[in-house]
This record gives sequence, structure tokens and C-alpha cells, in this order.
Amino acid sequence: MTATLEELTAITAAKIVDARGSACPGPLLEAKKSMGTVALGETIEIWSTDPATKSDIGAWSGKVGHEFLGVVPGDGYDRVLVIRRK
Amino acid sequence: MSEDSLSLVLFSGTADKLHAAATLAAGAAALGRPVNILLQYWALDAFRTDRIEDNRSLAWDATVDGASRPVRGTGHIPWLETFRMAKELGEMSILACSGSLDVLGIDVTALDALVDSSGGIATFLMAAEGGQVLFI
Repeated sequence: MTATLEELTAITAAKIVDARGSACPGPLLEAKKSMGTVALGETIEIWSTDPATKSDIGAWSGKVGHEFLGVVPGDGYDRVLVIRRK
Repeated sequence: MSEDSLSLVLFSGTADKLHAAATLAAGAAALGRPVNILLQYWALDAFRTDRIEDNRSLAWDATVDGASRPVRGTGHIPWLETFRMAKELGEMSILACSGSLDVLGIDVTALDALVDSSGGIATFLMAAEGGQVLFI
């Protein structure tokens, strides 16, 4: 993670994907689906209660070529931030 | 043919294995890996249009002691829905094994539209060449 928690918290996502309650691979599939709905350079924020999501989204971003920004811990869930880069 | 591809030979038609297979297929598709699936025997039977919505049984090891262990956690997407999402999100082709179709006495028109075509082992192995192959 390159961004600090303060920097991450200050980001306004172009789209929020609420995948809370969905088990693996649900949040990843939702993220992939939603990525196509925002413009290049815009950020999506995936909400997930599955603890594996943050590492999965990180791996997916690296493989596919998006920019994984990091995770903001929410109240019982993670807010995972990714910039669309391709 | 791609070194990046994931190829799954689906043999079992029990819900737990179909669920595990669908998860792998969808994950690989989301990562941009080509996915090839060969349906044989009971997995092929599970994709019959008239049976695809059935509540399928579990493998013996999930039902030992005479009672189903709780294999359904919260938030899990049904296996069929996961396969549909995999197809929607990535590159996945599903081939029905022609030998299994023959054994079951059906043709490819009896299968769900998720199934792309029927073919022999050589067709599948050519598609799978160079990538990873799993038997489930």
C-alpha cells in the first residue's frame, strides 16, 4: 500500500460496490463487473465482509493492470479501493 | 491453447464439487485467464436443461454419519449462478464430452445454453494444451 489511511479516506470513489455478505469469489466478481462501468482513472470501492477480498482484489489488480490503492477498515467490513487503469 | 489457461474436467455432479469448480472457473475468468471446461458423466447430467435447477446431492464424505454436514456457508452464490458470472466476465468455453452424451443417451440440445458445444477428448486436450488441467 502506497497511500496512507488519511489519503485513502479522502478519496471519493466513482462507484461503490456493496458486496457485504457475499462469500468468495462474489466480491471479486462484483469488482470485475463494476470496473467496466467507470472511466479510466476513476476509483471503485468494494465493500466486503470476506477477509480474503483485500488480498484477492490486490492480486487481481496486479494481474489485470489496475492500481490497487489499499484498504480502509469499516465497521465489520473492508473498503477496498482500486483505480481503473486499463 | 494458452499457457495461462485453466482447464477443468468436471466429472462429479454433486453440488459441493460443482460449487468448488465454479469458484475456480470464475476466479480464473476474473483474472483474465482463458477457462476450458469439459463436462463428463454426472457433471454433464447436472447441466441438462431439465435438471439444472435441481437441488443436487452432496458427495459421500459430506454426508457421512447419515446427516448432511453444513456445507452451505452464508453468502455463497449457487454454483450455476457462479458459472454464469464466469462466462459473463471472462473467456470460458464449456464442452460436453460426446462419449458421455452417448452414455447418458442425450444430445447437446438437452443441455443448458451455458454449454457451447460437444466434442471429443482430443478437442478438449488441444484447447487445454500448455495450461493447467484439473479433474474434479
